[in-house]
Amino acid sequence: MFDLILTQTLNGLASASSLFLVASGLSIIFGVTRIVNFAHGSLYMLGAYIAWTLVSRFGPADALGFWGGVVLAALLVGMIGVVIEVLILRRIYQAPELFQLLATFGVVLMLQDLTLATWGAEDKLGPRAPGFKSFVILFGNRFPTYELFLIAVGPLVLLVLWLLFQKTRWGTLVRAATQDREMVGALGVNQRLLFTSVFFFGAMLAGLGGALQLPREAVNLHMDLAMISEAFVVVVVGGLGSVTGAYLAAILIGILHAFGILIFPKITLVLVFLVMAVVLVVKPYGLMGKAPVGHARGHGPAEPLLLPADNLTKLAGLIGLAVLALAPLVAPDHILLTLTELVIFALFAASLHFMMGPGGMASFGHAAYFGLGAYGAALAVKWLGAPMEPALLFAPFLAGIAGVVFGWFCVRLSGVYLAMLTLAFAQIAWATAFQWVEVTGGDNGILGVWPSSWAASKFAFYYLALIICAASILALRLTIFSPLGYALRAARDNPLRSEAIGIDVMRIQWIAFIVAAFAAGIAGALFAFFKGSVFPTYMAIPRSVDALLMVLLGGVQTVSGPIVGAFAFAGLSEQLMKATMYWRFVLGFSIVLLVIAFPRGLVGASLLGLERWRGRPEAAAKPVLATEAGR
Amino acid sequence: MTAMLEITGLDAYYSRAHILQGVAFSMNRGEVLALMGRNGAGKSTTMKAVMGLVPPAGGSVSFEGQPVQGREPFEIARLGIGYVPEDRRVFSELTVMENLSVAQRPPRPDAPHWTPERLFSLFPNLGRMRDRPGGAMSGGEQQMLTIARTLMGNPKLVLLDEPSEGLAPVIIEEMAKTILALKGEGLTVLISEQNLHFAGNVADRAAIIEKGMIRFTGTMDELKANEAVRTQYLSV
Amino acid sequence: MSVVMTPSQVATAVDASAPVLVVRDLQKSFGGVRAVDGVSFSVEAGTMLALIGPNGAGKTTCFNMLNGQLKPDKGEVVLAGRPITGIKPRAVWRMGVGRTFQITATFTSMTVRENIQMALISHAGEIFSPFGRARDKYREAADALLGQVGMESQADRACGVLAYGDLKRVELAVALANQPKLLLMDEPTAGMAPRERIELMALTAEIAAAKGIAVLFTEHDMDVVFTHSDSVIVLDRGRLIAHGTAEQVRHDPNVRAVYLGSGATSGGH
Repeated sequence: MFDLILTQTLNGLASASSLFLVASGLSIIFGVTRIVNFAHGSLYMLGAYIAWTLVSRFGPADALGFWGGVVLAALLVGMIGVVIEVLILRRIYQAPELFQLLATFGVVLMLQDLTLATWGAEDKLGPRAPGFKSFVILFGNRFPTYELFLIAVGPLVLLVLWLLFQKTRWGTLVRAATQDREMVGALGVNQRLLFTSVFFFGAMLAGLGGALQLPREAVNLHMDLAMISEAFVVVVVGGLGSVTGAYLAAILIGILHAFGILIFPKITLVLVFLVMAVVLVVKPYGLMGKAPVGHARGHGPAEPLLLPADNLTKLAGLIGLAVLALAPLVAPDHILLTLTELVIFALFAASLHFMMGPGGMASFGHAAYFGLGAYGAALAVKWLGAPMEPALLFAPFLAGIAGVVFGWFCVRLSGVYLAMLTLAFAQIAWATAFQWVEVTGGDNGILGVWPSSWAASKFAFYYLALIICAASILALRLTIFSPLGYALRAARDNPLRSEAIGIDVMRIQWIAFIVAAFAAGIAGALFAFFKGSVFPTYMAIPRSVDALLMVLLGGVQTVSGPIVGAFAFAGLSEQLMKATMYWRFVLGFSIVLLVIAFPRGLVGASLLGLERWRGRPEAAAKPVLATEAGR
Repeated sequence: MTAMLEITGLDAYYSRAHILQGVAFSMNRGEVLALMGRNGAGKSTTMKAVMGLVPPAGGSVSFEGQPVQGREPFEIARLGIGYVPEDRRVFSELTVMENLSVAQRPPRPDAPHWTPERLFSLFPNLGRMRDRPGGAMSGGEQQMLTIARTLMGNPKLVLLDEPSEGLAPVIIEEMAKTILALKGEGLTVLISEQNLHFAGNVADRAAIIEKGMIRFTGTMDELKANEAVRTQYLSV
Repeated sequence: MSVVMTPSQVATAVDASAPVLVVRDLQKSFGGVRAVDGVSFSVEAGTMLALIGPNGAGKTTCFNMLNGQLKPDKGEVVLAGRPITGIKPRAVWRMGVGRTFQITATFTSMTVRENIQMALISHAGEIFSPFGRARDKYREAADALLGQVGMESQADRACGVLAYGDLKRVELAVALANQPKLLLMDEPTAGMAPRERIELMALTAEIAAAKGIAVLFTEHDMDVVFTHSDSVIVLDRGRLIAHGTAEQVRHDPNVRAVYLGSGATSGGH
């Protein structure tokens, strides 16, 4: 038993090293640029692929060939990081953090297709490392020396980082910029160069992490998202911005995985989740993290005034609804199918908007609730033999319950921390659906989730979806203008003031989280019956990003934005899918362009234009003075 | 002789509000000018615009005859303009010495050269807490540290944004002595201020800003004699 | 503007002879350093108590222990006979304490009136209600409060576009929404022009006297302190070093040494 524990501990420590390299790079980049680099997992993946190519070319058996390849790969990935920083991130340092996250996700999509185009779809098997091909016998077990080498890499890198940050001028500048980058610039430090160098460094660490995995696992196209969600967990647990915290957390997560696989292979993720939960309850900003202080610095503009719809908007809404209601009379079947999907997505987007706009909580994992709604319906049909009606009723509660549990943790955090945590939860939900084959059918999904006979026609199902979605969206809208919605907005605008007038900020945000999850669950359940089947992809990161895009395309600060956004996005992506095999690249590229061009979203941008056109200085001036006066 | 700082027709928007609407004034070498006005009148924004922290939408800023508008803040700092923000903004996790080292620039021939040791003789308190993190200092000490930090760049012109705000009367007196000491070193100092007593003690001239425009410029004595201007723009 | 008192308000103002706030032996340390060390004082209904002292003397720490943001290590805070030591800010508010912040804290996505309505909705315990339109709730009460601070004409404007002095008035109205027994004001006049300072504090004193509210405020402007406080307490390095009327404190040699200085830069007193 003892030797087993020891081997698993060593296994865990070995896998922790790469995780640490990626997470610390992520953390350092975030510290200085305030950008959570979603593409950090992609840089890790590139590190592995590039190392594979270089090592194969230089001669894998030769020590210089192997190690030279690994180091060169890390440096090349650092250079790729520089290219990304200079071409994209530099243009969006002033944009809201959510848009920055989204832009880096665009980079993820682009790199995915670039990798696919360069290296093809098959996994690449790497060579073993020269000099570390043997085993050592530890307590009667054979243990690869390469694993021991990896275990040593972690603390070694930690030491190097510590020396770099404490003992060099560059390190001092990086630490200063982490606290107040604008001030560093005003003191004569070339900020651009500093940012670029930090990005190079962080990217290089990720690349090194990937390259070092070469002898351990087959290089594949899923390494990016798998790594980034784990790295998010690590930085949330360790504390964003703390390198030591990242190391501790990486070790913790690494060991948990090692033992989890041994003891309960099916619920490894649940174990990670539980540990994360405990850490966050005790230390909301992670083991070594501190509450963010930069918030009061006035970088983010104050939230603009939100007024109820005027008659024109109401009229537009009614006309829109009337058009949708009359559409089936003229529209052919395939258009009707598209419309059904659009209506469902509009509710999905509206549910996300509810927590993001008035709630101020950006979720990067909203697909979890959509997916749980879909699975709720499918499981009710498959395991309980329920017909459509009760299944539709039951499903949103499954999503709502997940909202209760996940939300409880998430509302303890804010901003990018919260976004990262929602993503981690969504990954857990996805992995559960993927791994728990007995119940969910795993990758094969659950088939045969068909509506009751009265709703089976495209025509009838369209009306069912339209009625449920329109009613739900209306209910969300009314809630936004109710006392609850106002309290939610108050909590977002100024948590300190809210608490000082008796508003329990966390509870009100928790309620909003649950409501949003429930509403997404309704959309998911309808979607399940619409498609007749459910798959784990319903909960995957890309679907969460779809929802975000819909909301952001429409504009977070407007209530009608998400609906417009849903229609715009769904239409767009449908065309993309048909047009090219490399649709990910095109989509990612469009996201990046969109973020650079329209940081306020479509509806937000047109409203701004309208304000200017009408010459209403009152409305146009507001964010400004608030920041100025709020100091 | 060219002016140290010459601002003409400076326009700036903060997000979307027109905060500066053609600000114009100039400063001579070695003088202390108090930029006075109500909260929100545009004092801080003027300083930020000079520093490049708020991009000017129009007009020009020239420093020793050289236009600086449109340059990056770090370039402007390197030309010899030092900026001390109103909310102090010390690097709270860095020690006093580290705070100073961030701002360190090579000496220049036409400006006083500052070393940590020289600064500690000007601010004896700081010398006693070299290894203390900025976050563990009191407000008054932090204010002194921000000034010391800015001096490490060996500036010729120092922009001090509301140096007396939120400080105890005794500390404000120390602050006044410090500003006079900087003037004694030959530095040119622009301070933004609402406190007329304080400005009266340190400044040679005053410029009054209201709704983004300069409404009055004159010597401190002229301002003290002009009750109409004081009541209208300073609400005293 | 005038504040009209109803008979019941006069009654509360008169028979509130016992102190509204009693602070006993308050203590708080950070990393071994005593930020606040054995501070005791009390505030009577309808009076204004100024808390002054050098930066870093422990004023903010002291304040945050009263408003619930910090838990004292030792000591007791009693509001109208009921202990409120160490309870959360929102609970402190429910017990009858209104607050204004050093940096104005309002809801920028709401109009001036909606800011007040929000506080009134919370006071009525309706924040979790998903029904009805918040804009229609407690409109008259909100307008009445805005009238008291002279802001009724700007009720429909966004808080973000207000002049700084007006924003301070809105904050005062928000702080009055729960009919507080005690008003805590952290540097209420910071960043204001001299005349605005005097106007705001005169208004506060007027309302406090009329409604029998006890006011505790921190301040660096000695003109404000000496004009508008009934009594003054002085903190230095966490300890209370003086307590008395403005006149007594002004001439205290100890206070002059650690805080007031010669008066050359602050108005010469």
